[in-house]
Amino acid sequence: MSIQVQGLSKRYGTQWAVKELSFSTAKGDILGFLGPNGAGKSTTMKIITCFIPPTSGTISVCGYDVRKQSMQARRHVGYLPEHNPLYLDMYVREYLGFMGGLCGLKGKTLRQRVDAMIETTGLEREQHKFIAQLSKGYRQRVGLAQALIHDPDVLILDEPTSGLDPNQVVEIRELIHSLGKEKTVMLSTHIMQEVEAICNRVIIINKGELVADDRIENLRSKEQNKHAVRIQFATQVPLTVLEELGSDVHITMLQSQQWRLESNDPGLRQRASQLALRHNLEVLELVSEQNSLESIFQKLTRHVDHS
Amino acid sequence: MWTILKKEVRSFLSALIAYMVMLVFLIAVGLFLWMLKGYTVFDLGVAGLDVLFQFAPLLFIFLVSAITMRSFAEEKRLGTLETLTTHPVSDWGIILGKFFAALALVVFALLPTLVYVYTIWTLGDPRGNLDTGATLGSYMGLLLLGAAFVSMGLFASVWADNQIVALIAGMALSFLWYQLLGMIGELPNLPFLSNMLEWLTLDFHYRSISRGVLDTRDIVYFASFTGLFLYFTKLKFSSRKW
Repeated sequence: MSIQVQGLSKRYGTQWAVKELSFSTAKGDILGFLGPNGAGKSTTMKIITCFIPPTSGTISVCGYDVRKQSMQARRHVGYLPEHNPLYLDMYVREYLGFMGGLCGLKGKTLRQRVDAMIETTGLEREQHKFIAQLSKGYRQRVGLAQALIHDPDVLILDEPTSGLDPNQVVEIRELIHSLGKEKTVMLSTHIMQEVEAICNRVIIINKGELVADDRIENLRSKEQNKHAVRIQFATQVPLTVLEELGSDVHITMLQSQQWRLESNDPGLRQRASQLALRHNLEVLELVSEQNSLESIFQKLTRHVDHS
Repeated sequence: MWTILKKEVRSFLSALIAYMVMLVFLIAVGLFLWMLKGYTVFDLGVAGLDVLFQFAPLLFIFLVSAITMRSFAEEKRLGTLETLTTHPVSDWGIILGKFFAALALVVFALLPTLVYVYTIWTLGDPRGNLDTGATLGSYMGLLLLGAAFVSMGLFASVWADNQIVALIAGMALSFLWYQLLGMIGELPNLPFLSNMLEWLTLDFHYRSISRGVLDTRDIVYFASFTGLFLYFTKLKFSSRKW
């Protein structure tokens, strides 16, 4: 259990940022931490990294309680905060040396770690520059190198690819993916493709509460026995006609001529087209909806919104 | 703490703040000692350093606030305190690292003035006729005063959202405790408070040490004053509500 969160709550004034959140991770997990803006992702990460204290709940990292054994816990966590704050007036090497020094590394070991991190993150050509001179992508690498300098068991990355160009995004993702082999990585994002590309586990929170916690395959297969079809007619069609499809089909009207049909039957699309032929209705569009992670995310987070 | 101290000193040096402080201090003190009519050693006709020790505290109020203004305010703006406080360093480690780094700068600023001490020493009649006790005491006093100003500057910086606010607040706070309280005590309708308020000022204890008499009460006063402001800084810093 590298990260264990039990009943974590955090209140700002009268507002609950996180409510009764519980989850745990194992070594080798690359955990995607999802949620709409303001769902409490960053707050949760700040609590796990010992930046702010929780209002209630117990959190431990590698067996160390973040409140009672904060210093030991910090030694096992590498953290890349949102917006990646850096000392712009320091040199890349100098900065990494400073961060390593804070973790208790000294002398030769420190130099070796700095060299190793510069190599891992591909900063060889930039290592003697001021951080202020670097582009956003390279600064992100410095942030990652900083989080990795003490070889932590747990890596917490708050939106590691935000604001990067597509090539840089791919590079950073590859880096995270390779790191995930030996470490536990927890990364927050609101980009679904990112989760599909690198994570093997997903936690979705909404308004501070857990709405899903599962492996990606499981999440997908749960949705796979649901089949949804969107159909658009050229003319207005009364609901009674569509109801002929049978009671197993759930019908929702999207627009006046557009409907969404949902059922457990894989042949739903065929049935819909046969119905249209039978009634001689002109069909403009008939598509089956992809069950992507994106739609799962939308369903889960919207559902809570309405209640 | 050590790592933070080294980093802070290095950033003072690379941002030229250290050199500026030293230069401004040396020049300003030099002006009063040798150049500005009415104040100089030659005008006064005494080979003493009283002018230096009289004006240095006022210069310190400005310079020390300038040194400490960025310590927390700038890091809050950059967000780097988040990386710092999630590393295995205690809050006291961070605060004391910054405190001693700023204090080291105060020492750097004082060191070159030893040249003036030597010059005055040679000017004495007979040569070397300088009140060593008072000079040593005054340097000691300046150091303690510097530490007190640094603690107030850090306190201002941990509260302020930007450097300018930290600078002005630090200067105001320093001046209040240095002399202003005593001046308030001199108001005509406050006779009963005047002794107490004067006793509370840094100036009172600084002058006492400057005479060359090391009184434990003064040392205790300076130590607890500095400690108290560092403690207030710690309270604000640990609340994580910046």
